[in-house]
Amino acid sequence: MYKLWATILKDLRVLRRDRIGVIAMFAMPVLLVIIVTEMQSGSFAMANRNRMPLLLCNRDSGAASVQFARALDSTGMFRVIPVLAAPGGQSAADNDDGIRQRLHDREALLGVVLPRGFSALLQSRTNRLAGKALKSFGLDDTIRAGTDSGTAATLRLYYHPVLQEPLRRSAEGALYSALRLVESRQLLRTMYAAINEKELPDSLERELLAGHTTIETIPVARDDSRGNPTVSEHNVPAWTIFAMFFVVVSLGSGIVREKLSGSFIRLKTLPTSYMVAVFSKQLTYLAVTFVQAVLVFGLGVLLFPLIGLPALHLPADWSGLVLVTLLCGACAVSYALCVGVFAETEEQANLFGALSIVILAAIGGLMIPDFMMTGPFRTVMKFSPLHWCLDAYYGLFLEGGGLRDVWPNVLSLVLIIAGLQGIALWGLKRKNLI
Amino acid sequence: MSPAIRIEELTFHYREEPELFTHFNLQVDAGSRFGLFGPNGAGKTTLMNLMTGMLTADSGNIRLLGREMRPHDRAVHSLFGFVPQDLALYPDLSPAENLAFFGALSGMRGPAIRKRTRELLQILGLAAVRDKKVRQFSGGMKRRINLAIGVIHQPRLLFLDEPTVGVDVQTRHAIIGYLKQLNEAGTTLVYTSHQLAEAEELCDRVALIDKGRIIAHDQLDRLLEVHRHDGLEGLFLHLTGKNYRDQ
Repeated sequence: MYKLWATILKDLRVLRRDRIGVIAMFAMPVLLVIIVTEMQSGSFAMANRNRMPLLLCNRDSGAASVQFARALDSTGMFRVIPVLAAPGGQSAADNDDGIRQRLHDREALLGVVLPRGFSALLQSRTNRLAGKALKSFGLDDTIRAGTDSGTAATLRLYYHPVLQEPLRRSAEGALYSALRLVESRQLLRTMYAAINEKELPDSLERELLAGHTTIETIPVARDDSRGNPTVSEHNVPAWTIFAMFFVVVSLGSGIVREKLSGSFIRLKTLPTSYMVAVFSKQLTYLAVTFVQAVLVFGLGVLLFPLIGLPALHLPADWSGLVLVTLLCGACAVSYALCVGVFAETEEQANLFGALSIVILAAIGGLMIPDFMMTGPFRTVMKFSPLHWCLDAYYGLFLEGGGLRDVWPNVLSLVLIIAGLQGIALWGLKRKNLI
Repeated sequence: MSPAIRIEELTFHYREEPELFTHFNLQVDAGSRFGLFGPNGAGKTTLMNLMTGMLTADSGNIRLLGREMRPHDRAVHSLFGFVPQDLALYPDLSPAENLAFFGALSGMRGPAIRKRTRELLQILGLAAVRDKKVRQFSGGMKRRINLAIGVIHQPRLLFLDEPTVGVDVQTRHAIIGYLKQLNEAGTTLVYTSHQLAEAEELCDRVALIDKGRIIAHDQLDRLLEVHRHDGLEGLFLHLTGKNYRDQ
């Protein structure tokens, strides 16, 4: 025990004097978790709370285009910036070029061009559909079909390439909703006028078009006390795991340093087992990963609300949280041990260690949600220890589960740790280090 | 005189290489200052590694101070000290911290470690820098700490692999002087080096080995007399030849 204590003391002293390493291990996760949460919180706010600026060039002079602009506004997603259409006689390309230029100037990231004749096309189309509907109801078709060419109006939606696909898709969805609203209104008015030979009263129109069904969003939490998870609950555990695994740079290169220096050789000649040194290093770095987690979780709870980010809500099951945190730390330390044992130089340990963590984080679902992965990536994902760590944390933070809910993940982590330790031991024996 | 080291019928080979030692025998008397010499590739380092338990023999027997060497036998490992050629220390720790760590792993406890640390740092001229980081030291100072770590637990048998490589004359003089003191106090020294002039100053018995075989083994004076050489270097070249041996 005295030998183990002396070795831990030595490792702590060496670690304390590696200032750059300590800063990287503690400052990096703090910055990372704040920056990523702020970024994701910002894009969430942009899509949901702050309205996205949208350039609208209306080349149509009819009522439907005005209604479309109002409908766009009523979606709550866009801040519509009207763009004057080029004076009559100029081509549509002039308007489109103008929109393109303003998007390049980053005045907005989205631009919509309503074509000339949009209202007329919509009217003739709804006339035809209303007539068809009336006939099917067994009523006389009194609607003048007009000149329905059968072609539908086409809106052009321009977007700046920096706009990410999920945001673009939700903008497209909002545009379609606005269009459907205009079309439904037009159809309703046309049919009402045909049947009643008078205009649809505004109050009835509002009542008919208003949504009557609301959607209540309920997270399938295991403890019903939890509200909707925020970006903090999504990000803080993920980037804490990332930071824990980044001890590979300090621990992996530390092991290589000892291997390359004579200290490793001297340890073999002493009346002690080198496993004491290996075990001590792991205990020291396990403590480091635990402190990292406490620090980052503490920031999430205490600092986030002060800087305008949603506060992190810790799981109710503290024993589960502590156990999963220790297992994630042990997994990270075991991985770092493997890298340290097999790397021949410090450069190898640093480069491979850092790159492999980024790759394992990507395939493990830290950067892209795992449910978005398809095909072989869903299988590959399972080979990343970070995936199992994240899954266990999500079970606690997002699903509101306890230790008994995340036991399959706990078991997986124990198996991964045992596997990594076995590989490291085999490497130490093969290299005649123990 | 009872042997400090007795090697009997030792056989060893590295993986996928022919046998380096075949039925090798050697005895080192207790209290002697024994020099082990040979050209590059002769097997000196391998023999040192086998004696200190870093390598395991295919067959045969090595006994240190009457106890059989087994790689994980703590009792036999506590009998000897080792000063490797590489600087086997932690550059981010101070001399006192290095000695505290290696002292503990050698089986010592707090008060004994502190007392011995004070003593060693005083003897080796490092007392003034006991709390400074080793990283900032000169090569000679690092060599002295390397030696101090090897003797902190006062072993009765000390293996030294090129203990003075790369040091200035003053440091060499101090190290050799201290080793002689240790020997006078009863420690058996097993020394290997390419510094043959230094070896002549330190060793009273020598063995020259080549290709895993002993080609000469006796008291240094007697060997020089028998082979009619003034110094160890002439004897060495006479017995091992002048061709390069590391190609």
